[in-house]
Amino acid sequence: MTTNTAPQTLYEKLWQTHLVEEKNGETPLLYVDRHLIHEVTSPQAFANLRFHNRPVRHPERTIATMDHNISTRSIKIDAAGEGAANQLRALEKNCKDFGIELFGMGHKNQGIAHVMGPELGLTLPGTIIVCGDSHTATHGAFGALAFGIGTSEVEHVFATQTLRQTKAKTMKIEVKGHVGKGISAKDIILAIIGKTGSAGATGYVVEYCGEAIEALSMEERMTVCNMSIEFGAKAGLVAPDQTTFDYVEGKEYAPKGDVWQQALNDWKQLKSDDDAIFDSIITLEAKDIKAQVTWGTNPGQVTSIDSIVPSPDDFNDPIEKESCINALAYMDLVAGTKITDISVNKVFIGSCTNSRIEDLRAAASVVKDYSAKGQRVQSSIDAIVVPGSYRVKAQAESEGLDKIFSDAGFEWRLPGCSMCLGMNDDVLEEGDRCASTSNRNFEGRQGRGSRTHLVSPEMAAAAAIAGHFVDLNH
Amino acid sequence: MEKFITHTGLVVPLDIANVDTDQIIPKQFLQKTERVGFGVHLFHDSRYLDHSGKEPNPEFILNKPEYQGTSILLARENFGCGSSREHAPWALEEFGFKAVIAPSFADIFYGNCINIGLLPIKLSEDEIEQLFNQAQDAQLNLTVDLANNNVSFINKSGDKVSFTFALDKFQKYCLEEGVDSIGWTLDKLDTIEAFEGKMPSWQ
Repeated sequence: MTTNTAPQTLYEKLWQTHLVEEKNGETPLLYVDRHLIHEVTSPQAFANLRFHNRPVRHPERTIATMDHNISTRSIKIDAAGEGAANQLRALEKNCKDFGIELFGMGHKNQGIAHVMGPELGLTLPGTIIVCGDSHTATHGAFGALAFGIGTSEVEHVFATQTLRQTKAKTMKIEVKGHVGKGISAKDIILAIIGKTGSAGATGYVVEYCGEAIEALSMEERMTVCNMSIEFGAKAGLVAPDQTTFDYVEGKEYAPKGDVWQQALNDWKQLKSDDDAIFDSIITLEAKDIKAQVTWGTNPGQVTSIDSIVPSPDDFNDPIEKESCINALAYMDLVAGTKITDISVNKVFIGSCTNSRIEDLRAAASVVKDYSAKGQRVQSSIDAIVVPGSYRVKAQAESEGLDKIFSDAGFEWRLPGCSMCLGMNDDVLEEGDRCASTSNRNFEGRQGRGSRTHLVSPEMAAAAAIAGHFVDLNH
Repeated sequence: MEKFITHTGLVVPLDIANVDTDQIIPKQFLQKTERVGFGVHLFHDSRYLDHSGKEPNPEFILNKPEYQGTSILLARENFGCGSSREHAPWALEEFGFKAVIAPSFADIFYGNCINIGLLPIKLSEDEIEQLFNQAQDAQLNLTVDLANNNVSFINKSGDKVSFTFALDKFQKYCLEEGVDSIGWTLDKLDTIEAFEGKMPSWQ
């Protein structure tokens, strides 16, 4: 039996405060504070509710957005194609029938679920947040337990505002010291995944800590937590601190007045106790982290910009060796090639990993430097910038970032998930090679037969102009 | 959900690690509002040579004549990684799979399988290796016995071999009884409401 005096990790604290019932022979029942939904993984859940004649128990705890398969060229629903339009209209009807607030096409709050939630203050520390999308881990940046769920679970949350969950193991990932100049949050998380491998945290909830993590802004922490699923973690967490509270305060849906004070008092307790025991601990030295580029077909197949494409002989594990052989064949890369010699013909800046205002500022800053030298996007390259939400888009435009991108030859698009998964028409062609700020380099992810290299916004911007990957620090 | 008691079926060995849900069911097939129509697109990019899915790839294992009628998928580590799309288990189930056996599964995929009654079975690396050896050399018919948490088969020497697997007690109960897990939870509304009554106002 757990007592309140035993030292606890942040995950265990979140678990305890959301435990509705733990009964012998039953999977524990947890309370869900916030449910984010979108058009792709919700329709079958709504259909089942109708079939069983069940209401959504707390419609005010669910917020809907349109993000996965919308067009980034037009706010018209039909611009997304027939199948997508059908799903988008189904979402409209479902939200209306069940009393759920929806940020539909062109709404000022519309955006990728994991960009929209935090910027509106829907994402709060100390809560459980779920969404039918594996990148829900993003919200863990606030010290919320946030994870992706399947459609059956979406239905369970609709009907009960709870979920059954088995308890995960705990992993602490400490990034000591400070990163060097020009090293982004994307580089930190890719370096972590490179170290653990793409399934290194399966069965775990990960807590990121250490000076390098504490030094990150909220948006940077979101980038780190976003990719927790890419090494198998159920969720990623960063303990909330003053950076978190400053970010949340005053946001549209955040608590106000006395309730805010109460929240703040509770949130300040949200950290792992000093002597809490983790099932696994991984440590990285921030100063060793360089700019990262994936070379393979899972996010763990990653190396630093000043390195070379590895050889199958570099791997002892037979499965990793085999994966390397397959990845090199699919990626059409030769072992030993310098990363900076890899050319791309497509560039995508966007996705729930890297489409927030700080990401766009970072990319625009690189573009501006090149523009000052008279350089722009190579004529052989298609480069698109897709802001994560309408709020990000408006902010970027007010700062003139759209103009910096457009003047340099990038296409400035409307918000959406876009080419991260290519459910709309932002798809790569067979043989295309893309520098992408998204989160998955799986075979065919961005289009059948296409090749994805995951990088930071700065690296993607530079690749669009140089035509190949560039070591911005040299 | 249908009850899962025992199942005997032909095993197809998919000798690839880290099979992600994008491979299991690519994104262009997720634009449905119904729960049917996914099986035909299972493993689309590997299974078909063309975009429209008209030309089967004869090299892909699911297309080989000796594995037709398979109902048990044997796979390598980290099966089902990536996206949370439940469409992946839906596609496997609609294709005709009753169980997936692997040394490890991605967490969300594993839960999604349980929730739809597709049994994910975790075995040790060594046991998986034995199954691959059997299934790659000759047709392997395997019996899954959920009540006893084991899988069994007759090996090349004619001996019966049995491996046990672990499964969460409640998940097992739900599979065996075909429990409507939402109905189960709704029976506890009093407990949930009592919990809600004690929540802080900001939550």
